[in-house]
Amino acid sequence: MIHASHLIRSASLLGKGTADVLVRDGVIAAVGQDLGGAAIDGATVIDAAGLVALPGMVDLHTHLREPGREDAETVETGTRAAALGGFTAVHAMANSSPVADTAGVVEQVWQLGRESGWVDVHPVGAVTVGLAGEQLAELGAMADSRARVRVFSDDGICVSDPVMMRRALEYVKAFDGVIAQHAQEPRLTAGAQMNEGKVSAVLGLAGWPAVAEESIIARDVLLAQHVGSRLHVCHVSTAGSVEIIRWAKGRGICVTAEVTPHHLLLTEELVRSWDPVYKVNPPLRADEDVHALRAALADGTIDIVGTDHAPHPSEAKECEWAAAAMGMTGLETALSVVQETMIESGLMTWADFARVTSAAPAAIGRLGDQGRPLEPGEPANIVLVDPAARWNVDPAAMATKGRNSPFAGMELPGRVVATFFRGHPTVLDGRLNTPYLHGAR
Amino acid sequence: MRHLLDTESLGRDNAIAILDTAQEMSAVGEREVKKLPALRGRTVVNLFFEDSTRTRISFEAAAKRLSADVINFSAKGSSVSKGESLKDTAQTLEAMSADAVVIRHWASGAPARLATSGWIDAAVINAGDGTHAHPTQALLDAFTMRTHWARLTGTPSVGGDLAGMRVLIVGDVLHSRVARSNVWLLRTLGARVTLVAPPTLLPVGVEHWPCEVSYDLDATLEAGVDAVMMLRVQAERMKASFFPSAREYARRWGFDDARLARLDALALKDTIVMHPGPMNRGLEISSGAADSPRSTVLDQVRNGVSVRMAALYLLLSGDMKAVPTPALPAFAQPAAKDHP
Repeated sequence: MIHASHLIRSASLLGKGTADVLVRDGVIAAVGQDLGGAAIDGATVIDAAGLVALPGMVDLHTHLREPGREDAETVETGTRAAALGGFTAVHAMANSSPVADTAGVVEQVWQLGRESGWVDVHPVGAVTVGLAGEQLAELGAMADSRARVRVFSDDGICVSDPVMMRRALEYVKAFDGVIAQHAQEPRLTAGAQMNEGKVSAVLGLAGWPAVAEESIIARDVLLAQHVGSRLHVCHVSTAGSVEIIRWAKGRGICVTAEVTPHHLLLTEELVRSWDPVYKVNPPLRADEDVHALRAALADGTIDIVGTDHAPHPSEAKECEWAAAAMGMTGLETALSVVQETMIESGLMTWADFARVTSAAPAAIGRLGDQGRPLEPGEPANIVLVDPAARWNVDPAAMATKGRNSPFAGMELPGRVVATFFRGHPTVLDGRLNTPYLHGAR
Repeated sequence: MRHLLDTESLGRDNAIAILDTAQEMSAVGEREVKKLPALRGRTVVNLFFEDSTRTRISFEAAAKRLSADVINFSAKGSSVSKGESLKDTAQTLEAMSADAVVIRHWASGAPARLATSGWIDAAVINAGDGTHAHPTQALLDAFTMRTHWARLTGTPSVGGDLAGMRVLIVGDVLHSRVARSNVWLLRTLGARVTLVAPPTLLPVGVEHWPCEVSYDLDATLEAGVDAVMMLRVQAERMKASFFPSAREYARRWGFDDARLARLDALALKDTIVMHPGPMNRGLEISSGAADSPRSTVLDQVRNGVSVRMAALYLLLSGDMKAVPTPALPAFAQPAAKDHP
């Protein structure tokens, strides 16, 4: 079998020094100045002058909808979107139909990911059977399956019972798992439609108060401390949550936290349009929350960016606000939104970007072959970004089936030029190339 | 201005234009032939996703007095109850060439969605959406107050506003689209509004509203008031612990006979008592207060038709802002052709 190799010329590694990168046999074969001679014999040369080379992005929070809601997204369409967005691995949330609460379902999703070949698909296992919060799912069976599940979450629904949460946190220690909590106190958010505050008061929409998120995070970090477990907090959305996580980390509690691109850029003021494309859970918050989240991502209080990519069919959004589904697409805009909010603002460097979008999420998910440094011998999961490009977000032009992008019509910086997944270019010239063929190499 | 969706975005000129036009319209209701030809050949659809006989018949009377064709479309007994979307319903009405859609909906923002989504070209009038807005109710309340205020101050009501008027809005503000619409409209017209409610029935964020807030009805009455607007309270709210019991609510926040007598003791002889209806007698308002000479409840109902005629006429006759205040020649002539 002939192994295609690629020579990436003059890329700026993590936005720092310029170097050539030789990709061969799925790994980074060499990194250096002016690589040439026999080493690059037969390699396809990619001129990466002006481009930033980053480790392939890893999303800890993606809804691929399959099985069950193939009208909204499939593993194939969702992972195409991921590759175009610069990702080489995504974690598929468990709220499919049937729920990913057994070894059979997680292996099905994992297998669909392998067959698609655009990125690694790591299924997230449900914490409780049917996401019902009443009985632990077979976490061990999912961990031992071919999908090797390490992240467990009832995302979309909070594990609100404190005893259930305690048991889950304890149990997954047996296989180094982590509970990713959707922090939402259910009684405080019954019927909630948007952030509770200045705007909800005027619009007459039922409020989703910050305290409903913060009280669960406070409880969970104390539980994690008590039983010595790993806790991951999904989509942190309030300034108060940031303070609690900062406090917990200061106490040495093993907690990691995530923020979505949309919570880094958008505020509740958009709800005044009544357009349900801005309806999401947790809801868009106030300006002061957005700035606290950016500062927390920059100083490491929040560890990672997770997209919470949540595609919906158009009829789920072309309706009254209260009747609309919650969620936004995010895979194809994440890089640009994070560049806009964190790099253009001067809060972070591209090296920081690589930490929060690749190395840290891979570490939380215990992925050994993702989020690695761009060094010889490492798996060739690489994304090339043109940081000077600007583009207008057009949901109709996206690979995801979801047209529910809250960034539609916005001009954003940064374009993914190429994505290398296991050494294979899934994206070239900003367009899908071909998938990686598992088992063929 | 093509639609009437809320009062927050309703400017003073347009608000006064509606009130002044309503005053012209009210004269029509006094005639033997209560009809004008203004909207002949136009179609008004009453699209009601929520039961409200009072509001629907008020809009129906308003449209018919302007000679419009009226179609009543209620969610019950229509395809809506079989799961048709708002979008499809709207496009169906569009295909039937509706000129105006009067919409009542359980979901906050549904009228705005209808007006801005591109599904429909008709003028949209919000007849109450969720807990968001009820602009024609606020306009009829303001109309009622303006008539009273003009009489007291000895000024003509046409062209006038509510400058200096002290208004209390009492009760379940949290769930009230009437309160939300009144706060902004009355403020726009120069009134000083105080909300009085149990803290549980005020929205978080109310501190940003252009009004005062109090938990103490008696203290706000003592401070002097020109109009007291009581809001309907659902007794079931006590089940969600918004207040301990209906009796405790009535004692602390109800306009009872003792408070009615207190207005006399305070020499507030011109203070009116308002209610948007339907009333819970004995809960938020006593029968003594509801039936007293201070009560404007029936005036409000009567004025509702005039205000809705004004809103329909102004929206369907073109840019509301361009409408000059009272001069409406069409109303000078009786509708002889329509009613032989």
